[in-house]
Amino acid sequence: MKVNPHNKSIDELKEVAAQVRRDIVRMVHAVNSGHPGGSLGCTDYFVSLYFKVMNYSTDFKMNGEGEDLFFLSNGHISPVFYSTLARAGFFEPKELATFRKLNSRLQGHPATEEGLPGIRVASGSLGQGMSVAIGAAQAKKLNKDNSLVYLLMGDGELQEGQVWEATMYAGGKKVDNLIATVDRNGQQIDGSTKEVMPLGDLRAKFEAFGWNVMEANGNSFESLLPTLDQAKAATGKGKPIMILMDTEMGYGVDFMMGSHKWHGVAPNDEQLEIALQQLAVNEAADY
Amino acid sequence: MKEYKYTEKKDTRSGFGAGLLELGRTNPNVVALCADLVGSLKMADFIKENPERFFQIGIAEANMMGIAAGLTIGGKIPFTGTFANFSTGRVYDQIRQSIAYSGKNVKICASHAGLTLGEDGATHQILEDIGMMKMLPHMTVINPCDYNQTKAATMAIADYEGPVYLRFGRPVIPIFTDPNQKFEIGKAWMVNEGTDVSIFATGHMVWKAILAGHILAEKGISAEIINIHTIKPLDEEAILKSVAKTKCVVSAEEHNRLGGLGDSIAQVLVKNIPLPMEYVAVNDTFGESGTPEELMEKYGLTENDIVEAAQRAISRKQA
Repeated sequence: MKVNPHNKSIDELKEVAAQVRRDIVRMVHAVNSGHPGGSLGCTDYFVSLYFKVMNYSTDFKMNGEGEDLFFLSNGHISPVFYSTLARAGFFEPKELATFRKLNSRLQGHPATEEGLPGIRVASGSLGQGMSVAIGAAQAKKLNKDNSLVYLLMGDGELQEGQVWEATMYAGGKKVDNLIATVDRNGQQIDGSTKEVMPLGDLRAKFEAFGWNVMEANGNSFESLLPTLDQAKAATGKGKPIMILMDTEMGYGVDFMMGSHKWHGVAPNDEQLEIALQQLAVNEAADY
Repeated sequence: MKEYKYTEKKDTRSGFGAGLLELGRTNPNVVALCADLVGSLKMADFIKENPERFFQIGIAEANMMGIAAGLTIGGKIPFTGTFANFSTGRVYDQIRQSIAYSGKNVKICASHAGLTLGEDGATHQILEDIGMMKMLPHMTVINPCDYNQTKAATMAIADYEGPVYLRFGRPVIPIFTDPNQKFEIGKAWMVNEGTDVSIFATGHMVWKAILAGHILAEKGISAEIINIHTIKPLDEEAILKSVAKTKCVVSAEEHNRLGGLGDSIAQVLVKNIPLPMEYVAVNDTFGESGTPEELMEKYGLTENDIVEAAQRAISRKQA
């Protein structure tokens, strides 16, 4: 049975999160493209999983036997995924400098084609991640492997029909080794989810499909960690688990917070400087 | 000319069912998924022997493709089963991103392909599936010709690492290939040697090509008939070897003339040795309701259509 290779304290997690956020704004600034908003909002969730919650090895093997697996369905927040993987030890942080450039393993959206350690499926076209995570979870059951499968989705992504096919399956077929999380930041490209396509009562919807639903503040380790512990404890009881995680898009950089405008826009030179000042770390280890 | 006789007719989908049953007994990693068409896909025997290795997905093909992709991560070899239409067009993006681009070892097994699905009509008669699947990088595309070959192909693809599209059909047709054949992916099968025209056929059209060969022989024309069961990767060597001798070509497929086997062969010809070529295929149209025989007649997919195409191709040869 694997353990978490870092197992950091909350103070240490905060430090890692600040470093990851520095990476995110620098990565998107360098190529003047990419998605900083959702990446910054989900940083604390990624850092919680990879530096505390999940049991895994950084010696990456596709089959992940005996390891907790993570799938990212909303692939556009690749900057936070890449930075977290690099900082966790899957590859050298200096490779973050190749993000979105020609001949890079760090594609605009996560892919397996170039063999980047830590990625198990391509994502970007939305709504597919839950199905893949269910398949991986079912394989674990067949293999009598008691480790867990984690999944992150965007909230806008819930507008895709396939998500509800998968939601029905996981509830109906009792896929209880799956801990899914929705990044409920309330924003999508064309505006707020309320304006574009109201998501309704997500707790009631997932509960109606047979899920065990929890809620957390995704920008607070003090809220996230106990919720993830509670989710782990609730696995194996006949229900898949859904964490509705409230986050602030752009969290950590004041001028990016709370607005859909920073979904897919990179900061300019001046904005980058301001962002980095706000994301101070004790010992900066920028790539 | 080799004589092909048959004593029995069966549907190719039953060959798939028999192959899957055999895999259930021999390969513990093989799992099967179905989107509410267990009877049509002949999966019941596998399920009876391996209930824990079967996933009933319900009427949710997109979810089925994603779950299949995920199962491969745990080392499983998933075989998905539904109609060809719902195996391809309905789920193209799921196959593209979660399976092909992600290099997942999923076997997409598709029944009721083409016009011979019959009375259900054009909503279910997909004629574009070969084109869609062959355009995907990493995808292997196979369309076997009878029950025995479909069974052999089903078993062979389990031993091949990578995504595969396996296409078969509904009607009962003659069984004329060896029950103990070894199926080699990407290796064309010489049905009959000849000197005047090369007929490259796939799927249900192989038997019709054999019948056409007899009619042509009566007219004094020696047809070389080759079964292209693997459309991708295409056996270019076998094609070039044949046309070097015959100097003209007919392709025969139960598929749209755009994007199918014929186009793949035409690419090989224009690049290597431009020669007269005729297509026997559906002429860029949708199908309709009718019996399989009526539809094959109306849409130009009979042995006589192959004969006429061969004569046209021969007449276009340079003196």
